[in-house]
Amino acid sequence: MALSYLRSSSSRSVNLLKPLSSSLPLRRPISTDTTPITVETSVPFTSHQCDAPSRSVETNPKELLTFFRDMALMRRMEIAADSLYKAKFIRGFCHLYDGQEAVAVGMEAAITKKDCIITAYRDHCTFIGRGGTLLEVFAELMGRQAGCSKGKGGSMHFYKKDSNFYGGHGIVGAQVPLGCGLAFAQKYSKDETVTFALYGDGAANQGQLFEALNISALWDLPAILVCENNHYGMGTAEWRAAKSPAYYKRGDYVPGLKVDGMDALAVKQACKFAKEHALKNGPIILEMDTYRYHGHSMSDPGSTYRTRDEISGVRQERDPIERIRKLILSHDLATEEELKDIEKEVRKEVDDTITQAKESPMPEPSKLFTNVYAKGLGVESFGADRKEVRATLP
Amino acid sequence: MAAIFQGVGAAATLSSSPSNSFVPKKFLTSPRRSFCVRKVPSSVVVRSDGSVNFDLNSKSRRAQQLVANAVATKADSSAASSSSNPGHELLLFEALREGLEEEMERDPCVCVMGEDVGHYGGSYKVTKDLAKKFGDLRVLDTPIAENSFTGMGIGAAMTGLRPVVEGMNMGFLLLAFNQISNNCGMLHYTSGGQFTIPIVIRGPGGVGRQLGAEHSQRLESYFQSIPGIQMVACSTPYNAKGLMKAAIRSENPVILFEHVLLYNLKERIPDEDYICNLEEAEMVRPGEHVTILTYSRMRYHVMQAAKTLVNKGYDPEVIDIRSLKPFDLYTIGNSVKKTHRVVIVEECMRTGGIGASLTAAITENFNDYLDAPIMCLSSQDVPTPYAGTLEEWTVVQPAQIVTAVEQLCQ
Repeated sequence: MALSYLRSSSSRSVNLLKPLSSSLPLRRPISTDTTPITVETSVPFTSHQCDAPSRSVETNPKELLTFFRDMALMRRMEIAADSLYKAKFIRGFCHLYDGQEAVAVGMEAAITKKDCIITAYRDHCTFIGRGGTLLEVFAELMGRQAGCSKGKGGSMHFYKKDSNFYGGHGIVGAQVPLGCGLAFAQKYSKDETVTFALYGDGAANQGQLFEALNISALWDLPAILVCENNHYGMGTAEWRAAKSPAYYKRGDYVPGLKVDGMDALAVKQACKFAKEHALKNGPIILEMDTYRYHGHSMSDPGSTYRTRDEISGVRQERDPIERIRKLILSHDLATEEELKDIEKEVRKEVDDTITQAKESPMPEPSKLFTNVYAKGLGVESFGADRKEVRATLP
Repeated sequence: MAAIFQGVGAAATLSSSPSNSFVPKKFLTSPRRSFCVRKVPSSVVVRSDGSVNFDLNSKSRRAQQLVANAVATKADSSAASSSSNPGHELLLFEALREGLEEEMERDPCVCVMGEDVGHYGGSYKVTKDLAKKFGDLRVLDTPIAENSFTGMGIGAAMTGLRPVVEGMNMGFLLLAFNQISNNCGMLHYTSGGQFTIPIVIRGPGGVGRQLGAEHSQRLESYFQSIPGIQMVACSTPYNAKGLMKAAIRSENPVILFEHVLLYNLKERIPDEDYICNLEEAEMVRPGEHVTILTYSRMRYHVMQAAKTLVNKGYDPEVIDIRSLKPFDLYTIGNSVKKTHRVVIVEECMRTGGIGASLTAAITENFNDYLDAPIMCLSSQDVPTPYAGTLEEWTVVQPAQIVTAVEQLCQ
């Protein structure tokens, strides 16, 4: 299916210099178009101990279409993972991110691959945002050696060192001190980069978060703590778990910002603001008001603690992909048909990758003992029963 | 070269070659040297009632003078230095500091984090004056938040920094157990080898002088199951400096166990740069009749008992295992094959301690060479009491070691 964005654009020049968005009479080649468009976020930012950034976000057609494609890919990937889990190709835990894609995509748009991101176990889409491939995701989920962690990590342990994605952590809240450590290393090496440490509303009640925040504020570390508030900590609603659900205010002396997490452009604006702030003034907390459609994990139906009406209500009114779709259509950046084509293409890509991943091999048995230690011990393999050992001496 | 071993002595390959790439070529002072075997810390004073005191001032009295027949161990003065170079004398905490300082000079990525390590100089003076020399960004005073600053050290290590995290007392690191177990130990594996965690976690532990139950913990027994970490215990200024340096240079996470009562041990150590192999045990005294395996402070109780045993006509072989994870089964195995009797003397509690694991490892691998069941002398399975007499009975005393060996060698 050939996607053709070419349209005649003779009257384009008239509109080139206009900063405000206006309905453009004719189409242009969108895939490389970087003409700025300014969009107002639908919800203003609420701030704590700082000045909120402006509601007007600068974007361009290329970026909007990238948002759409990336989010569609993430959505499709998560839904496919759902089916794979039910077909028992994925075992153990599988925490799905659909509904929250705007956070991953908006954050990537504001930062570089030199900035670090660390998150908890709901990491499939963040991994894709950092440049991971679909094959690495599905292979890791199915435990194949082509996976990003060679099949040894699983759903909760996705890492990508070369694009500074530090995972992928199963224990709630433990990634936040790690994230502050990353920020410390960035300050130590004078990198002028920042770290985004993501956690959920459930993890916001962990003590180590406040410990790490205290140290980060004391040492002026470029750490940005991002609370992805999807309002439920597994089965417990936020009002039942937190005395003060205003997570962006919880830093007390640390400034905070509350962001509409279903709006990728608002997320982008907030992350850009946070990066500038962190490099100058130290840590800042961002609270992303978002929602997950699936339950906490695949074993949770997601409807025992919330009503189906609530879920479908959010899906109708705040869905991040629909929002971008409406934005694209209202600015005439693409036709409905083209967007549907993108979704079909994405679906095909996901299906093809799954087929490829299903055929890829499982890890070798000898790999059980690799990577326990870095090569310092000089032994590649060490039998657990100490009866059979294969040792390669250097 | 590749070798395939089946059966006994499986871990022999671990130490059969200096496989660690960081052992320098000019590493003259290997712990396997014969004269290193004989050294005894010069500041140990043996009282006639069998208790051991550590001489805190520089006037060191020769311990051997109080025993009628001198043991085979030679005099202690220049034992650890090569003949050309006299070396210099210092206390164990100074040796640790020297090792740390040399590594911080050598590699700008090494930094220290802990409570009161900076301006205060360290509660046991291990990091004294380092903050003045290297600045606040490299010697960091943390708030009292073990869980998070250990986590931060691990996060920093993921990017390539080499932090040395100090627990003011090892017992406090229990608060950071999640970070040490899940993140420190397992990240190299779960990331498929993408990240190494070159962190060193160190601190004093062990039973001190009436410090109370919570400050007398032996954490090596809790940490020993964590896959992916290495554990070493230092016992002399020589190996303290060597192990500290090797631990910092290692790409794996290393937990270095120091002992509260050993910080003021004095010894003469070489001037030149040296490190100790992290996976190697130290032969303290070779012998023929029985192998006594020990580590950390119990080494001194064992040496104390060894003098009595020699007087009684026994010839014990004393090995300071040093590497608590993984065990140096090569050295231990060779010793078992020679003596056929093993006594383990440790400060851990009997249940689930290092001695328990070591007993299992030796039984599984060297059962055919044992003439008698392994005797494991450990501390009692009680919280360490405050009262001095009770505390003494919690820990293994030299007289008990003598009795055990006599029983074993009947």
